[in-house]
Amino acid sequence: MANDKAAPTSDAFNRFTGTQGYIASHALVDAVNCAIALERPLLIKGEPGTGKTLLAQHVAEGLGLAIEKWHIKSTTKAQEGLYIYDTVQRLNDARFGEGDVSNIRAYIRMGPMGRAFQSDDRKVLLIDEVDKADVEFPNDLLRELDEMRFTVSETSDEVVAKQRPMVIITSNNEKELPDAFLRRCVFHFIEFPDKALMQQIVAVHHPHLKTQLLDQVLVKFYWLREQSELRKKPSTSELIDWIAVLQRSGISVADIEANIPFLGALLKNEKDTEALGKYQERGGRYPSSWKDLGPKFNN
Amino acid sequence: MFIDFFYELRDEGVPIGTHEWLLLLDALAKGLHGSSLQRFYNLSRCVLVKSETYFDAFDRAFLKVFEGVEGSLDIEDELLEWLKDPKNFRELTDEERAMLESLTGDELMRKFMETLAEQTERHDGGGRWVGTGGRSPYGHGGEHPTGIRVGGPGKNRSAMKVAEERRFEDYRTDGTLDIRQTRVALRRLRQLTRTGPQNELDIDGTIDETCKNAGEIEFVFRAERRNDLRLLLLMDVGGTMDPYFEPVSRLLTALHEERGLRAFEAFYFHNCIYEQLGRNARLLQREAIPTGDLLRRLDSRWKVMIVGDAAMHPAELLEPNGNIDPRRGTPTRGLDWLHRIKDHFERAVWLNPEPQPEWSRSQTARVIERVFPMFHLSVDGISDAVSALIGARRQ
Repeated sequence: MANDKAAPTSDAFNRFTGTQGYIASHALVDAVNCAIALERPLLIKGEPGTGKTLLAQHVAEGLGLAIEKWHIKSTTKAQEGLYIYDTVQRLNDARFGEGDVSNIRAYIRMGPMGRAFQSDDRKVLLIDEVDKADVEFPNDLLRELDEMRFTVSETSDEVVAKQRPMVIITSNNEKELPDAFLRRCVFHFIEFPDKALMQQIVAVHHPHLKTQLLDQVLVKFYWLREQSELRKKPSTSELIDWIAVLQRSGISVADIEANIPFLGALLKNEKDTEALGKYQERGGRYPSSWKDLGPKFNN
Repeated sequence: MFIDFFYELRDEGVPIGTHEWLLLLDALAKGLHGSSLQRFYNLSRCVLVKSETYFDAFDRAFLKVFEGVEGSLDIEDELLEWLKDPKNFRELTDEERAMLESLTGDELMRKFMETLAEQTERHDGGGRWVGTGGRSPYGHGGEHPTGIRVGGPGKNRSAMKVAEERRFEDYRTDGTLDIRQTRVALRRLRQLTRTGPQNELDIDGTIDETCKNAGEIEFVFRAERRNDLRLLLLMDVGGTMDPYFEPVSRLLTALHEERGLRAFEAFYFHNCIYEQLGRNARLLQREAIPTGDLLRRLDSRWKVMIVGDAAMHPAELLEPNGNIDPRRGTPTRGLDWLHRIKDHFERAVWLNPEPQPEWSRSQTARVIERVFPMFHLSVDGISDAVSALIGARRQ
C-alpha cells in the first residue's frame, strides 16, 4: 500500500525492508519486523514453492546477520537441534584408548539451535519445514523458544542464549501445529502469486518469452490449479520448468491452445495424469482464454 | 471500539485468547503500527491469526469494527479511555469495583486483562464435546459464544453441564459405554512397527555381538518401535443423533485421551457425508473443509471410523442434491462420497449407536452396511471394530 511509506516509524520497527533478490510484500515486511520487535518466532506458511525458505536467507542478509539452518525431517527430534551426545564415539574411544574419554563435554556437539544460542553475535535461526516432524515436535521446543535456554542433561550445563536469535519457522501445512506452539508465534501466510505477480516471476526466469505464449501457458496453469480432482497442484517451480521444456521443444502458441503438451512437467502424480486423461475421454476440453476460467481471473 | 474488535473476532470464530490480545497490546505499545490503518491491519493479523483459514473471518471482523476509520489511529488512547469509563464495569461486584478503582492506569489494564484471561480460558477449556469443562465462577450461559461475562461467582457447575442439560434432556442412560472400558478397547489401536531409520542403539544386541567378537565392540542398531496408527473419526451430529450424545462423547473423550496414536483427526457431518465436513459439531459453513481436500491430504494408511445412526431419508443417500440443507446441495450423491472414502482408505468401519436389530429396519442403514462393515457403538462393538481396522486384511 502506497500510503505506508510516509508513515513515521520507530527504531524498533521497520528494520527489515527486503533485499534486492527478494521482493517482500508490505504485510510480510510488517510481520518480520513485528517478530523482531516482539522477540517472537516468525511462522511462515504457504504452498510449496512460494519462497518460504528463501525468505529466511534474505531476512538474514537484510539484517546483516549470520544464519543457522535446521532442516527438519520426519525422524528429527527436538533434542537434536539443541545438542547431540555422541555415545558411540565415546565408546569407541574408550575401546581404543583415544581421546579424553573422562571428559563428557568433548562428546557433546551443539545442534543448530545450540550453536545459535552460543554464538556471540546475533543469528537468524531457520527451522525449516517444521511440519515434517512428529506431531509433538513443536511442543518439545516450547521452553527453548520461550526462554532461549536449555540444559545439557549429561553434564548439567545450562546453555543460555547470549544474543536472542531471530527465529524463523516454515511449514508446508502438512500437519496441524499445536495451539500452544502457535500462540507463541507471529504468523504470516505467503499467498500463491496472482496472475500479475506470476507474470513478473516468469519474466525473471524466462525474459524472452512471447506475451501470447505466456498468456496461454498461464491460462492452462491456473486452470489446472483450479481442478479440485488433482492431488498435487502444480506450483511456481513446476510452471518455470514447464515453460523451459516448451521453449526447448520450440512449440508454437497454436500447439498449446487446445492441448497441454509435456504434462509430466506439471503433474507429478500418476493419478492426477489419469484424472486428466479421464477428463478428456469424457469430452472435456482445455480452456484457451482467461474468459473460460471464471470471474476470479477476469477483473 | 477497540475491545469490540476482540469480541468481534471471537464471534467470527477466530480462535484468539488473551495471550494473543496481550501480545497485540505489547506491539501497539511499541508503536509498531506506526499510526497507519494498513500497518495496524498487517500487525494485528500476524499477531492474532495463526492460520490462513481464519483470514477471511479476520477481514470480516476488521471491516465491521474499523469501517469508516481512515488515516491514523490512536488506539492506546482509546483503550485507556474505554477502561476509564465506569459504565463498562457495571457488571462487577462492589468489591471488584473497589479493587479496580484502587488501581492506576497500566495496572488497571493488566488486571482487567487477567480477569478476562481467566474467564475465556475457563470457557475454552470446556470443549463442547469433551466433558472437561472446569467449574467456572463465571459460568452463566454455557454456550455464550464469547464466553466473557463478568458476573456473580459461585455457580459451581461447569458450563459443559449446563449445555448438556439444555440440549439432551432425554438422553438415554443405558450405559453402553464406560470411558475406562472404551479406553481399554481402544488400547488395541496399535500398530507397533520398527520402521524408519535404524537409529536406536540395541544394547542387548550390542552386548551379544561384542561377546561373540571377543570383546571388540560391535554396535547393533535398530529402528525405534512406535505406534504407526493414524485414525480419522467422522461423526454424525444433530437430529436423530442427539439421543446418543452421551455414548458418542464418551468415545470421543477416550479417543482424545489416547495419546499413543501417531495422528488423530475428527470431523463432523449431518446425516450423510457430502462435499464438506465440519471442523466442529456446530457445522458452521465458514469452518467447513472440503471432503476432497481431506482425501488428498490423508493417505490410504489412515484408519477411518465413522460414527452415525445411518438413518436418514433414502433420498439423502441415494439421490443427487440429497443434502438435507438445500443450500449445500450438490450433484454428487451421498452414497458416492461414502464409496470414495471406502475406496481411498485401506480400512474403514461404521459404528452405529442403534442396537443391531434396528439396522435392518432402516433402508439407508442396510445400504451403508453393504459399504462399510458396521458395528454397534458398545464396548464389544468397538473392540470388533478395532479388530476390523487393524486385523487381517479385508477381502
